[in-house]
Amino acid sequence: MPLMLQDPPLIRRALIAGALLVLGILLVVPLAAVFTEALRLGLGTALTALTEPDALHAILLTVLMAAICVPLNLVFGLAASWAVAKHDFWGKSLLVTLIDLPFSVSPVIAGLMLVMVFGLHSFLGGLLEGWGLQVIFALPGMVLATLFITFPFVARELIPAMQATGREEEQAAYLLGANGWQILWRVTLPNVRWALLYGVLLCNARAMGEFGAVSVVSGHIRGETNTIPLQVEILYNEYNFVAAFALAAVLTLLALLTLSAKSVIEWQVRRQRAHPEAERLTNRVPLHQLPR
Amino acid sequence: MSATASLPLATAPGRYRGGGLPGFGLSLGYTVTSLTLVVLIPLAVGLWQATDLGWGGFWHAVTQPRVLAALRLSFVTAAIAGAVNAAVGVLLAWVLTRYPFPGRRVVDALIDLPFALPTAVAGIALTSVYAPNGWIGQLCAPLGLRIAFTPLGIGLALIFVGLPFAVRTVQPVLENLDQELEEAAATLGASRLQTLWRVVLPAIWPAVLTGFALAFGRGVGEYGSVIFIAGNMPLKTEIAPLLIVTKLEQFDYAGATAIAVVMLVIAFLCLLAINLLQRWAGRRAGLA
Repeated sequence: MPLMLQDPPLIRRALIAGALLVLGILLVVPLAAVFTEALRLGLGTALTALTEPDALHAILLTVLMAAICVPLNLVFGLAASWAVAKHDFWGKSLLVTLIDLPFSVSPVIAGLMLVMVFGLHSFLGGLLEGWGLQVIFALPGMVLATLFITFPFVARELIPAMQATGREEEQAAYLLGANGWQILWRVTLPNVRWALLYGVLLCNARAMGEFGAVSVVSGHIRGETNTIPLQVEILYNEYNFVAAFALAAVLTLLALLTLSAKSVIEWQVRRQRAHPEAERLTNRVPLHQLPR
Repeated sequence: MSATASLPLATAPGRYRGGGLPGFGLSLGYTVTSLTLVVLIPLAVGLWQATDLGWGGFWHAVTQPRVLAALRLSFVTAAIAGAVNAAVGVLLAWVLTRYPFPGRRVVDALIDLPFALPTAVAGIALTSVYAPNGWIGQLCAPLGLRIAFTPLGIGLALIFVGLPFAVRTVQPVLENLDQELEEAAATLGASRLQTLWRVVLPAIWPAVLTGFALAFGRGVGEYGSVIFIAGNMPLKTEIAPLLIVTKLEQFDYAGATAIAVVMLVIAFLCLLAINLLQRWAGRRAGLA
């Protein structure tokens, strides 16, 4: 940096200290509090709280939610980004706005809308109930709520990444006789793999941690429709703080893992940008070697 | 083989049509269908049911004192938190882009924590720290400052969830800001403060506004991180999303939907404002 743009060391240190102070009281202290509260009565007690039947069921249900929602999101994200980034069509910006819509809807409102559509008082809810399928206060409603909230996550990461790589490589592969799936698998995905991974990780973190929307549609039935965040709320409201924070610590570790993965991914992308040719040579089949 | 690849696209044999790649119909069809099923139909049907209320019923539902207080609390605290976030966001983005210091990458990664951490976890963690017997609450209590279970606590939770939006919109703009502009200003005799005020601030202003709008929009609808620290006293510390949940639990579907409609309309206006801001920012950047 040129000398004239360097701020005096005193100001520089004051600003860095201010930034660290804000992050400290806003992020670091609460983060430390989660683990301190969880381990207040020792690791053994915390682990026992995690292996209670209700807690185990909540963990299982949370993993199940992610296992259903993440693949569905992945397919949607791939389809949406392939359509938006690799083609031109009328109404594209409207479609992108609609994909982003769940970001600007409060999770509670998302849950409320599902209750209005599928609740027992509604026409559709009554009809489905007659067929023996309960949506609200049951797993299907929770899956729908989580899907609604996480819907833009993968697409949001993939669309800019696919737009940035352009279309020439795909067009060349097409001319050389590759079909759509071959192009996707061998040309497009290797180019956007880091964005894809980050989108999936974010989607997974949100699917496991979603609270507001799932809370509205779940009915809080213990040992049946409680995911980890809902179980945390119940335990906390019962003043069972150690158990609540033990479960919260599991989700916090997941969040920290997601953040570390993001840092590694950003580092990889930066390396890729610094040496694009080396990256191509080591990791990708050159275009002229594609099977015909 | 290289001869085939170098053929102009228009004269390529057979299957190449109008610059299009395969799979357009399938991918667009799947996108639109699933978006309609998962997002659009629930929103449309839910809102359509709100029309059962009629204009009079809607007006009656949203003008109850408890509803008005909750809406006012949600929007005012979200606006204040958004403004604080905008300021803090500029500070953090500036420090992260301009000053190398040990641990900068860890700090940079940590900024996204509120985005990755489940809101319920954030809620109980903030409450335990800022409650009168918590680590920081203890220090504030002798000063007569109560944070948890007051609107101040709500604001704090909203600052927490909005932080990544404020930082991440300003940070790339500062990174890409041409430092030659600042050099030129300095060469022409501007003081550092003048340079910041006249050169840097105008360049990042649209991003700051966008960050504010995103944090505000997120804050208005936030639920999980707020309900633990808020205390949830009707008329005092009860946010609008919580009132929706309360009304739902009392099977007052119409009342719940009426609040949701008001919030959705304002959220939509925010989205519109963000788009206009971005367009305006893009035009300004294009002119510069």
